[in-house]
Amino acid sequence: MSYDTSTIDQETQDAISVDQAKGDFSFPENHKFDAGVGLSSDTVDYISNVKDDPDWVREFRHKGLKTFLDKPMPTNWATKDLENIDFDKIRYYLSDGQKPKRSWDEVPPEVLETFERLGVPEQERAFLAGVEAQYDSEAAYSNVKEELEKDGVIFVNSTEGLKEHEEIFRPWFGKVIPTGDNKFSALNSAVFSGGSFIYIPKGLKVKHPLQAYFRINSENFGQFERTLIIADEGSEVMYMEGCTAPKFETATLHSAVVELVAMKDAKIQYITVQNWSSNVFNLVTKRGMAHEDAEIRWIDCNIGSRLTMKYPGVVMKGERARGEVISIALANDGQHQDTGAKMIHAADNTTSNVISKSISVGEGRSTYRGQVHIPKNLKGCKNNTECDALLINSHSKTDTYPAITVRGNQHVTQHEASVSQVSEEMLFYMEQRGIPEAAAMSLAVNGFINELAQEFPMEYSVELKRLVELEMEGSVG
Amino acid sequence: MSLVIKDLHANIDETPILKGVNLEIPKGEVHAIMGPNGSGKSTLSKIIAGHDDYDVKSGTVTMGGVNLLEMDVDERSRAGVFLAFQYPAEVPGVSNANFIRAALQARMPDGEELDAVAYYKNLYSKMDVLEMDRKFTSRAVNEGFSGGEKKRNEILQMMMLEPKCCILDETDSGLDIDALKIVAKGVNAMRSEERGFLVITHYQRLLDYIQPDHVHVMSDGQIVKSGGKELALELEESGYDFLKEGELVNS
Repeated sequence: MSYDTSTIDQETQDAISVDQAKGDFSFPENHKFDAGVGLSSDTVDYISNVKDDPDWVREFRHKGLKTFLDKPMPTNWATKDLENIDFDKIRYYLSDGQKPKRSWDEVPPEVLETFERLGVPEQERAFLAGVEAQYDSEAAYSNVKEELEKDGVIFVNSTEGLKEHEEIFRPWFGKVIPTGDNKFSALNSAVFSGGSFIYIPKGLKVKHPLQAYFRINSENFGQFERTLIIADEGSEVMYMEGCTAPKFETATLHSAVVELVAMKDAKIQYITVQNWSSNVFNLVTKRGMAHEDAEIRWIDCNIGSRLTMKYPGVVMKGERARGEVISIALANDGQHQDTGAKMIHAADNTTSNVISKSISVGEGRSTYRGQVHIPKNLKGCKNNTECDALLINSHSKTDTYPAITVRGNQHVTQHEASVSQVSEEMLFYMEQRGIPEAAAMSLAVNGFINELAQEFPMEYSVELKRLVELEMEGSVG
Repeated sequence: MSLVIKDLHANIDETPILKGVNLEIPKGEVHAIMGPNGSGKSTLSKIIAGHDDYDVKSGTVTMGGVNLLEMDVDERSRAGVFLAFQYPAEVPGVSNANFIRAALQARMPDGEELDAVAYYKNLYSKMDVLEMDRKFTSRAVNEGFSGGEKKRNEILQMMMLEPKCCILDETDSGLDIDALKIVAKGVNAMRSEERGFLVITHYQRLLDYIQPDHVHVMSDGQIVKSGGKELALELEESGYDFLKEGELVNS
């Protein structure tokens, strides 16, 4: 899927580029609804009451809570840093009780200022078909271009989705990612709020991307958005999400669940530029289901957060379905990017592709975890997995855990992995041409991810390049 | 600006490599350094450029009276020192056009942007001199380049950066005669009253095409003989055997 970017001029590009320092600010809290600190069935009921949930949703939440409490922390394979999350100190729901506005003019001034500083309204005017802007637990703004609405596109928050569009929402909700998939998908199921519900009608190819922006403003807070995107037969959509938070002294939790459903012949591209501040635990479950001849691509870039654990997946349920994960991770001092992909082949002649590039700087650590599953009864399945790691300093760490399970002999799989360093000779060469060390380093890093950065829409690849440059500044000395 | 090297001593891991090098390259002149393998020719070029593998023990290197040894590698480059590498590094994923552009941008005052149109016009005209295909601009720096392409790329960068002092380290190695002629054409096009050249080579062949004003022989970390361009021809004929016989003529 492609869309026309030639109308974006340099000025617009500059205007929409955001950097990390830009996200480091916050406003005084102004919450009408606050679920308080800690998690219990009362917390769940509080959220259900505020949101006026239907009974089936309230039950869904309570089941989620029970599953969350029953499941152990996955520290048998994952980092011990998870134990530093204090679930009793987190606030699970904060909102001002307002419905999302359809016009920026109606959004509260401090919220408007927040998103203006992050460049969201400008981006919307420049190239987006629709925007949802979430502030703590709920969307403050949600709007989609009129012509898309006329065509039958639904783009609302999850609360509105489950109430107003239950007949489309409910059959798929929690089906791609069951509540018990993991401890954090269960947590999200208990306390979810915000996130997008999108439905693209049959045959409609949405030219411009839809965007969601997730903003955390409050301290000790947990953001648990829930997104469900359904692309009906033969339709196409591109969805982009961005996120920032101020850097607080205490840890913040972001734990989303994102489910995608691509019906026969449909295409979904889901693009993430994750730039959380370095106190955020980012523990996200993302999976898509691709039916016959459908295609799902996750294009995932992780630059921020303290710990990210995220393995976007595709279940290829119909014949000839295709799944792809393109991932870039940058781990700086104090960061651990634990990312990867899950490719589940569940029909004949399905194809998956995973390309992962990670960069570890200073004390940063990046981990690739992949799972490719091709069962015995299938034929003609293909997987290609490439993971390349770049280490900037001798203290940086990278590890790779690919798990490729292929049963039967009628399939083709390829796996390549590499670890490289920015060599002294390369730096000397660049510096001899007059390029200062930090600029040389960022040029080398941008070169390493260049091929993948091309996969992002132009507006985002410009931002990506700038973010990498900012990250590299001060990382050499 | 003259490049002046005085009594330069340098070590690598405690092993002395340069043992008192004296050399002056006035602007407008081309000097060649010849000598057997391991005599310290390449080390000299890297020390002038500022490579930190080497410990300078004593002596000075100045350009236009400015002490290069106190400057960082990139500062020396921007001051006008250019080294055409014997083995240029690869920079994967960074296109030649972007690389050279970044080098030129680094020379601009803060807040000023390079004019992209003028840049490409200039780049293409220099590439034409070196008979380089336009596709070359989008290829990653030196990645998958043949030996000849790498050397041409070095000369292209030199032409674009317009340095004051050009050091060519065994630029002829790995070149066939046609490529050698093209490279020499680029270098000769850059000869000017304002610019000095230091051409390091093992063979006299290159000097047929880049005619030096002076030829120096380096051996065991010192310049042991200096002369006009005819010295290169003598060396071609009789080799470096004279070094063993102790007939050393200090420069």
